[in-house]
Order: sequence, then structure tokens, then C-alpha cells
Amino acid sequence: MKQVLESIENQFEMFQVLDENGEIVNKEHEPDLSDDDLKELMRRMVYTRVLDQRSIALNRQGRLGFYAPTAGQEASQLGSHYALEQEDFLLPAYRDVPQLIWQGLPLYQAFLFSRGHFHGNQFPEDVHGLSPQIIIGAQYTQTAGVALGLKKRGKQSVAVTYTGDGGTSQGDFYEGVNFAGAYNAPAIFFVQNNQFAISVPVEKQTNAKTLAQKAVAAGVEGYQVDGMDVLAVYAVTKKARERAVNGEGPTLIETVTYRYGPHTMAGDDPTRYRSDDLDNEWEKRDPLIRFRKYLEAKNLWSEEDENRVIEEAKEEIKAAIKKADDYPKQKVTDLIDIMHEELPSNLQEQMEEYREKESK
Amino acid sequence: MAQKTMIQAITDAMHHELKSDEDVLIFGEDVGQNGGVFRATEGLQDEFGEERVFDTPLAESGIGGLALGLALQGFRPVPEIQFIGFIYEAMDALNGQIARMRYRSGDSKSAPITVRTPFGGGVHTPELHADSLEGLIAQQPGFRVVVPSTPYDAKGLLISSIRNNDPVFFMEHMKLYRSFRGEVPDEEYTVELDKADVKRDGKDVTLIGYGAMVHTALKAAEELEQENIDAEVIDLRTISPIDTETIIESVKKTNRVVMIQEAQRQAGVAANVISEIQERAILHLEAPILRVTAPDTVYPFSQAEEVWLPNHKDVINKVYEVINF
Repeated sequence: MKQVLESIENQFEMFQVLDENGEIVNKEHEPDLSDDDLKELMRRMVYTRVLDQRSIALNRQGRLGFYAPTAGQEASQLGSHYALEQEDFLLPAYRDVPQLIWQGLPLYQAFLFSRGHFHGNQFPEDVHGLSPQIIIGAQYTQTAGVALGLKKRGKQSVAVTYTGDGGTSQGDFYEGVNFAGAYNAPAIFFVQNNQFAISVPVEKQTNAKTLAQKAVAAGVEGYQVDGMDVLAVYAVTKKARERAVNGEGPTLIETVTYRYGPHTMAGDDPTRYRSDDLDNEWEKRDPLIRFRKYLEAKNLWSEEDENRVIEEAKEEIKAAIKKADDYPKQKVTDLIDIMHEELPSNLQEQMEEYREKESK
Repeated sequence: MAQKTMIQAITDAMHHELKSDEDVLIFGEDVGQNGGVFRATEGLQDEFGEERVFDTPLAESGIGGLALGLALQGFRPVPEIQFIGFIYEAMDALNGQIARMRYRSGDSKSAPITVRTPFGGGVHTPELHADSLEGLIAQQPGFRVVVPSTPYDAKGLLISSIRNNDPVFFMEHMKLYRSFRGEVPDEEYTVELDKADVKRDGKDVTLIGYGAMVHTALKAAEELEQENIDAEVIDLRTISPIDTETIIESVKKTNRVVMIQEAQRQAGVAANVISEIQERAILHLEAPILRVTAPDTVYPFSQAEEVWLPNHKDVINKVYEVINF
């Protein structure tokens, strides 16, 4: 009998294109992106970093609501999203609001989602996807369904979902990947391995050396990627998308990344489970720093560019918060009204009761 | 008119809907070539092909998620959960996801999914096959829970459920699948959801039940007739929401009620129905409303199930109590 585990695990080497110093280390896989695309990717990362900083500040002022910080994960979130098309269907987790925003969800609606208003989840017609999933892993099985639906409809698009490292311990993770594999459905499953599921380190989630190798059991493709390297994440996603629309089945992608902030703004204190040394080590791998170096060497990015994006982001965030402030508050009667297509008799009675309560 | 079993009526309903709406998909464990463990989907894959009627991997949460994903692509999924006890595996997909889709999306998406599952006792199954778990779903806003008691209702209710644009949990009592035949028209027809049905007219006492307990009530009513007690039997048919109108109308006529459920007593549908009656018609009552239920234990291994399950004698005893109050 052969020892297979080690030989499988050794094949999951982390894929990297751009190293910490902004040097291309894998010329063969450097994506064929135009200068405009490269600049746009940087713009999105800078903008999203500002959005994260402002969201944290707004949350602390009591002006936002539920918020899961994103800093550190920009390359994973935006590099993968940049490889998708407008027709693709997104099934994000709660930290993956940026992908929805860049897919076309207006900022003020993202803020309304945070504030607990359902208008935040009424997506524009050309944004295909679901609001961020709260139950860890539930989006994985739904992704198999959306992907099978896309296949049955004969569409050239993919279902793309995100979870974290903790999500790979859920039964739904295995079921979702396995279903998509069994139906050879066009799906991309992202695992943003940011090292901690709230406080539990990835080493305590599993004995598997990589999360990407979990693809093997389902008989689908799996890759482990440097999640701080936007070019690597883009390149792998692009390939996974091509495979999916060509009928070659689903792909599981693990991006190795880090969240600088707390799990959410609802009281998590990362100093209870992470050291400053570890934070510093990861901040050296920052996705923005290395991509900025890469672009500066190509004369594609300057301090002025950076400052312009920061100002632009701040202005737009301010305007979006204003718009969210002005949006009418959600009422219980609105909720009753949209539980079903037609009001059943029990809710008709309760509607009357709450109409009266809300009129006071 | 054709005489059919309930399982044939159910197959009939799915056949009609597969034929009339190409977005209808049927899937689950063994529903394809095998036609389902109860043969509910017999012949459907042969006629409509594997694209429309297909087997899934063996994972109930996956089946629930698959259904929701397909619904988001405009399909009208009719998944089968092979036995009721397996819904524990799918609870998040059902209650956490499917039931909430319309609200969560601010009415911009819907989940027109009909989850079919066999349930109910008296057929000597292994553990976790026969439980009456309707309460788990009935407590979840957003889901309708439908339980037919006759072949005619089964076909019409299933067609209505599949056509409904909101999720329906459709429970098929295993003991009723083949135990008797009833008139079932060959053509398509619907039976209105959210409406109870008076299965027997009477004036002295109202017996309320659903699923197999409708037949227990009817059997009790027949025996009571010999004693000159004229019982009305109401079949709830939809247990969430409850059709209080039909119930109250009957209560105003008979002034006495016995509510029967196969499920355990605690936190059941019966408690809910009784509560609705006393809030709306207490001055019409001549006696407390009594319940016939299973005891508050887990569903027993098969040797004890005949005694554990409520029967018509239990119903008759309670009727005497409310009559002689």
C-alpha cells in the first residue's frame, strides 16, 4: 500500500505571482491585464481599504450596525471578483460585501444591509447574487444549485461563493462541493483562509495541511493561492472561470490571507487570540503595498493617484451615508407584507394590529 | 371516475406539473430510475428525462441548498426528503434559508419550492422515519405546511403547492399511501391551500384532525353515530396557516370540540388550534376543548407503536368527556 496523503499534500504548493516586494516571481502566470485594468484593480483595493476604515469609524460612532472588517483580504476579495463577469452569480459570506459593491450594489444599500434594512438586499437588476450569508457554509450548497441551474439554462456564467477557513469544517461545505462535482456544475468555491475562525486557528479546524486539498475527495480541482497577491488570485480565478464555462466542472480555491481587524465590530478582541508579532508578520505581506510597488515600477501609480482615490472614496461614502440616513425606516408592516406573495389570513389579522401600533 | 391510491394521486400531480411547466424539477434520493422508495416518482424519469427528474447525492442539507439555488435560477423545484426524520439534516436549508428568501431579499427573490416527505406512524419503520415533525416547520414563518388525508386532496393540494410561489412543506402520511383508494379525476385540478375541509357533517361535537388522524376521527364518528352522537369532522389540510374561519363556524354549531393529532402533546398544532378557538369563540363552548395526542415521549420502536398512536377509541372517550361535561 502506498502512502498517499503526503504525496497529495505536497502537490498543493501555494501559487504566487507577485512576492512581498512587488517582484514577479512567476512570469509564466503573470496575467495579461492592460495598464488600465491594473490601475483599476489598484483603485478598487485602495477604495475598499478606505471603505473599511470609514465603516469601522462609523460603526464606533453607532452609525453603521453589523460590520465585518475586510482590511488584509482585498487581494482575495477583489482579485477574484475582477476575474468574473457581470452575468455571474455571487453567493458571498458576511465579510464579502466589497465584491457585491464592485458588482454594482450601490454603497448606500450596502450600508442599509449593515443597518438591518431589507432594502440593502434589493439588488439592482444587473447584480446577480444573494445578500451576504450569515450561517457559515449555507451558501455552499446553494451554490451547487445555482450552478446546476446555470448549466440547465445553458448560460455561459458561473456561480461563485465565498467562505472562510472555519467554513470548511461545516457539513455544507463538503455537501456543496460534492454536489457541484457530481453534476459537473459551473461553480467556484472560495475559501478565504484568514487563519482564524473568530478565535480558533486553522490548525485546530483540521488535520489537513491545506484547505485546498479538500477538493481531492470530491474529485474537483483545487488550488492554494497567496491571498495577499492580487495577480495570483486573479489568475487562478480566471482559470477556474474558464474551466467552469467550458463544462470542466467546479474549482475549490483557498486563498491564504489575514484579516487585520476583529472578526466583527460586535465586541471581538483579537488580542485575546493573536500576537502583535503575528499581525506584524502578515502586515508585511500586505496586498496593497506589494501591488503598489509593482505598479510604481511600471510608472502606473503615484502618490497623487492614491490620494485622489482616497478622496473620491471618502466623498462617495459620505454621500452614501447621507442617502442611507434619508431612506425610510423599515416597518414591521413592510415585513409582514413580504413574508409571502399573498398575505395568509393570520398575517392579515396581524397586519391590522401592527398598522395600528405603527400609526401611534 | 378513476379509483386511485394516495401515492398514485401524488404521482399524477407531479406528472401534470412536469408536463405543464417546464421549470418544474423533481429530485432527491432514489427518485430517478428507482422511482423513489415509495414509487411516488415511478416512471417520471423515463417520461421526462434526467434533466427534469434526477437523483441527488445522499445528503439532505445539500438537497435543500440545491433546491434554493435552482429556484434562484427560475426553476420550480419539488425535492423529496426520503423520510421525515431526515429533515433534521436539512433544517438550516429549510427554515434558515428557503423560508426566509422572500423577506431576506426584500421581496426581490422567491423560493417556489415544494418539499415532499413521507411521515407518520403505524408502518413499523426503523427509528426516525415515522415521527410527526410538522411542528418544526409550522413554527417557521414563511413556510406553508400541507398534509393531505385523501387521494383526491393529495393530488389537488400538491398541484396547488407546486404552483404556489412560496415554499410549501408537503407531508404525506405513509399509512395512507396505499391503505385505501378514492376517487381521483384524471384531469388536473387544484384544491385550495390554507382551507380546511369538513369531511363529515355533524351537529353534536367537532372533531378536528389532519393526516391519518382524519380517518381515526371518521371511524370514531361512525361508532358514535350508533350512540346517536352526531360528530362533525374537520380536516385541517393546511396546518400552517390554520383556517380558523372553517373551525369557528363549526364550533358555533356544535359547541364542543375534540382535537386530534398524531404528534406528541407538547407544543403541537392542537395547542395552537385550541388557543385560536378559545380566543375567538369561548362563549360558544359548552365544555373544555380536549386533545387526543401521542404521549410526550420520542416516537417508539415499532413494537410499541400501536398503543402509542392515538386511535378511534381514544377519540370516543374524549368525546364522551366533552358531551358529559
